[in-house]
Amino acid sequence: MLSFILRRTLWAIPTLIVVSFISFLIIQLPPGDYATAYAAELRNGGDYITEAQEEAIRTQLGLNDPVLLQYGRWIGNILFHGDFGQSFHWNAPVSDLIWDRLALTLLLSTLSLVFTWIIAIPIGVYSAQRQYSFLDYLFTVFGFLGKGIPDFLLALVLMWISFIWLNLDVGGLMSPQFEGQPLTWAKFVNILSHIWIPIVVLATGGAAGLIRVMRANMLDELGKPYVETAYAQGLSERQVVWRYPVRVALNPFISTVGWALPALFSGDVITAVVLNLPTTGPLLLQALKMQDMYLAGSFILILSVFTVIGTLISDILLAWSDPRIRYA
Amino acid sequence: MSVDPNHPDLSLEVAAADGEGLYTARPWQLIWWRFRKHRLALASLVFLIFAYTVAIFAEFVAPYSPTSIERLQTFVPPQVVRVWHDGAPHRPFIYELERTRDPVTARVTYVQNRENPIPLKFFVRGEDYKFWGIWRTDLHLFGLDDRRQKVNLLGTDSLGRDLFSRLVYGARVTLSAGLIGVLFAFVLGLFFGSISGYYGGFLDSSIQRLMEFIRSVPTIPLWMGLAAALPIEWDPLFVYVLITLILALIGWTHLARVVRGRFLSLRTEDYVMAARLAGASEYRVITKHMLPSMTSYIIAAMTLAVPEMILGETALSFLGLGLRPPVVSWGVLLQDAQNLRSISLAPWLLTPGLAVVTVVLAFNFLGDGLRDAADPYGH
Amino acid sequence: MTPKTNTAQLPKDVLLDLQDVKVSFETREGTVTAVNGVSYKVRPGEVLGIVGESGSGKSVTVRAIMRLLAKNAIEGPKGSIRFNPNGDQTYDLHELSRDNRQIRALRGNRIGMIFQEPMTALSPVHSIGSQISRTVMLHRKSTKAEARARARDLLERVQLPNPDLMLDRFPHQLSGGMRQRAMIALALACDPSLLIADEPTTALDVTTEAQILELLKSLQAELGMAIIFITHNFGVVADIADRVAVMYLGQIVETGDVDDIFYAPKHPYTQALLQSIPRLGQKKVRRLKTIRGSVPDPYHIPSGCPFHNRCDHADAALCTQERPPLRGFDNGQEARCHFAGQLPEASL
Repeated sequence: MLSFILRRTLWAIPTLIVVSFISFLIIQLPPGDYATAYAAELRNGGDYITEAQEEAIRTQLGLNDPVLLQYGRWIGNILFHGDFGQSFHWNAPVSDLIWDRLALTLLLSTLSLVFTWIIAIPIGVYSAQRQYSFLDYLFTVFGFLGKGIPDFLLALVLMWISFIWLNLDVGGLMSPQFEGQPLTWAKFVNILSHIWIPIVVLATGGAAGLIRVMRANMLDELGKPYVETAYAQGLSERQVVWRYPVRVALNPFISTVGWALPALFSGDVITAVVLNLPTTGPLLLQALKMQDMYLAGSFILILSVFTVIGTLISDILLAWSDPRIRYA
Repeated sequence: MSVDPNHPDLSLEVAAADGEGLYTARPWQLIWWRFRKHRLALASLVFLIFAYTVAIFAEFVAPYSPTSIERLQTFVPPQVVRVWHDGAPHRPFIYELERTRDPVTARVTYVQNRENPIPLKFFVRGEDYKFWGIWRTDLHLFGLDDRRQKVNLLGTDSLGRDLFSRLVYGARVTLSAGLIGVLFAFVLGLFFGSISGYYGGFLDSSIQRLMEFIRSVPTIPLWMGLAAALPIEWDPLFVYVLITLILALIGWTHLARVVRGRFLSLRTEDYVMAARLAGASEYRVITKHMLPSMTSYIIAAMTLAVPEMILGETALSFLGLGLRPPVVSWGVLLQDAQNLRSISLAPWLLTPGLAVVTVVLAFNFLGDGLRDAADPYGH
Repeated sequence: MTPKTNTAQLPKDVLLDLQDVKVSFETREGTVTAVNGVSYKVRPGEVLGIVGESGSGKSVTVRAIMRLLAKNAIEGPKGSIRFNPNGDQTYDLHELSRDNRQIRALRGNRIGMIFQEPMTALSPVHSIGSQISRTVMLHRKSTKAEARARARDLLERVQLPNPDLMLDRFPHQLSGGMRQRAMIALALACDPSLLIADEPTTALDVTTEAQILELLKSLQAELGMAIIFITHNFGVVADIADRVAVMYLGQIVETGDVDDIFYAPKHPYTQALLQSIPRLGQKKVRRLKTIRGSVPDPYHIPSGCPFHNRCDHADAALCTQERPPLRGFDNGQEARCHFAGQLPEASL
């Protein structure tokens, strides 16, 4: 088991390197560079700056160096100094801007993942056990709808419904009057009344897919001889189902936790824009539109790193739960 | 025992139900028979054919141009086509709309004038357009004779543009983006998947790593990053091609996985071994024995990939990073429905979303049906 | 809740008594009757071999005993399955539902079962030891340590090498023969009075099959449980069984002591089956006989005697119309044939 974890962790390293390189390329992709942008910013502010001065900034920042050298400097700064570069739009270090938002993104994603599982697993098991029952059909319809509705549309519609019918002020993480206030019970309730929409939105898409997967896996597993063996031991139906086939049917689930993360991050970006949440999404979108590339690149880098780590964790979880993989 | 599913003369003798004796059915026929049993998939196929037909003849189907602004008809709610006027059946018509202003809120409202039915005409002369950019004509599928009144089946937006016409024009962009994206993804996926699955070894594992990598990156931020790098001033058509290419760059892995999986399992099938033992060349083994039994799977996988592309395009354009006005796509249309205010003022602006959902679902049902039908040993 | 014992207490020397068990399945194509009025008895400590082709209903019958029929199964209203595990209390299993508490207390405890596919019949995600000790803990209310010790003991008893190591092994790490041994250990976890073995050696190679049969025989001698041994292989039956029941299309066509069945079969189907087995010392010139035709499909079971369309001795008027009664003989042999006892001796 230990050697498996070690091997898997070592595998993640080249992936991380590639991820960081691609993030860097995205920073580099748009025409012009930081110096151009900076100069444009200054000129907009009414300052006068010559081509030569612009060139001097470029040399000073090393923007004329080969891409690989620049990449080395960028990643070195991140690794050794925690310095992600400067957001010229906000005129602040990137690292000051992102951590709060990342924490919230992670919180939302984790909550949604838990919510997804809580919905999807029991429903999938039920649907498989009562195949072709009324509820099974109902869940099938739900599954297809969840797959077909884009996240942002669901967010819009839920927002609209809760505005019209529930008369809630939605959008954002809390009502404006609680902004900046210390955490009180009222504020906590207010946050809860806001946060359910993004969680439902993020979980619906995922749950829809997972119900289908869980149902199919369970149908496969329920027909296998070891289930009958378990019944023949005198275990009750509930004990048999949850201890044996569910354990096996969960394995593909566990192996995709890592892939659920990128999906959740992706979903979060769009949902957060619609719902105006202070997560990474809106800031990333803004950064991209403003060509604030250090900020955007850092976001992409960090989100990708989280995903790689997530995949790593899910692989280890899978090995822990499925002996066939552990000893392979 | 394994029978080569590509050679019907060897394997597939089907007894006719009415006992007319034996005849052989080609594999495609068998797939079609199995497919026909999936009512939902069949209905989806019909619907999609309809949708694409509308998209192809968008200029003719849409009563107005997608960009013609009508300043005095902003936020007109969807109009109902009626067939009953004054207690008697009537040919299809709409009531005349009168624009009034609410004295208290100063908001514009529209009131139907119940006295004045305006008949809806088919094949009417309307705005000029160039059909497919080739012929100049002014024939439309339907419209009104009265030029001052407009028929807005799905209402209008903030500039008074007819949402139905925009939806129809947008269908052309969105639906074709899905197909073209899948086509790019298909080329990439088939290439990498078949190399990976057929040769195996080092090539396989490095391609596997690449695919794993692409799948482990959050797609939308990556799409956003790539899309944001496209300069705004480029030609919209060129941006459109690049956007589909970006979608494909990330979307090909699923197809490659399907192709690779099929290759791996086919390689060990007895009939492939038999063909090899009979002295067939490698080229012949791949083209005559392996590929034919994969086409149906690939088509099913491609069908299931189209909605991903459509959703991707919609999401990007919705965020303002994909296609941009004046190009009309469903994602671009949904930009108008981005905030609560416009939705509560004009809920019909969400209809492009409904169109996205329907098309995506139809593709999913169709793909599921195809996949089931393509499995020669399925239940 | 007391069981609905609509039948009397079984005598001490009868462990299991099936009367007129009938099982059919509702499918989209129609109703299939898999078991059509099966009756048999098992005495304590006896090995009953049940022989039949696939689809003859032998597996479905034992699943009716275990109450593990598929959900679309319909049982006949009249049948009874009386089980007398300790000689003093009789249960009518036929009245118990699939998830009933009483049958659950018997399964794995008083009735053990071995399945055909050792490769897939054990849970892939639990170790051998934990699967066995879970059963022990369930029925004996013992502690984890006691159950583990019991599991180790059982693994040793089924002659698995290194039982201490085996406890923590997973099924995929064992060979087919070893898995079947583990399966047997699991079935014997609580010293059952009845062991049901559903084709336990079919999936194994011949050498392993012989070893497993040896093991079962020695365990039976040692522990004294009764065994219902299902197989389609007459050779295996001859090796292990005391009595034999032959099934064809959901009915038992003949029962008797193993020697009587082998040397003096009374039913034409049994005769034909035995004639189709190659034997040592047979005259070289004779061709091996086959049974003509093939097993009818389960939706169209022939009327009258279900074997009449493949039988060499069938009477067109009688056998196609009337279901033959069970005819008994002095040696305890019984055959369901209109002409049982009047047929020419089969040349075996």
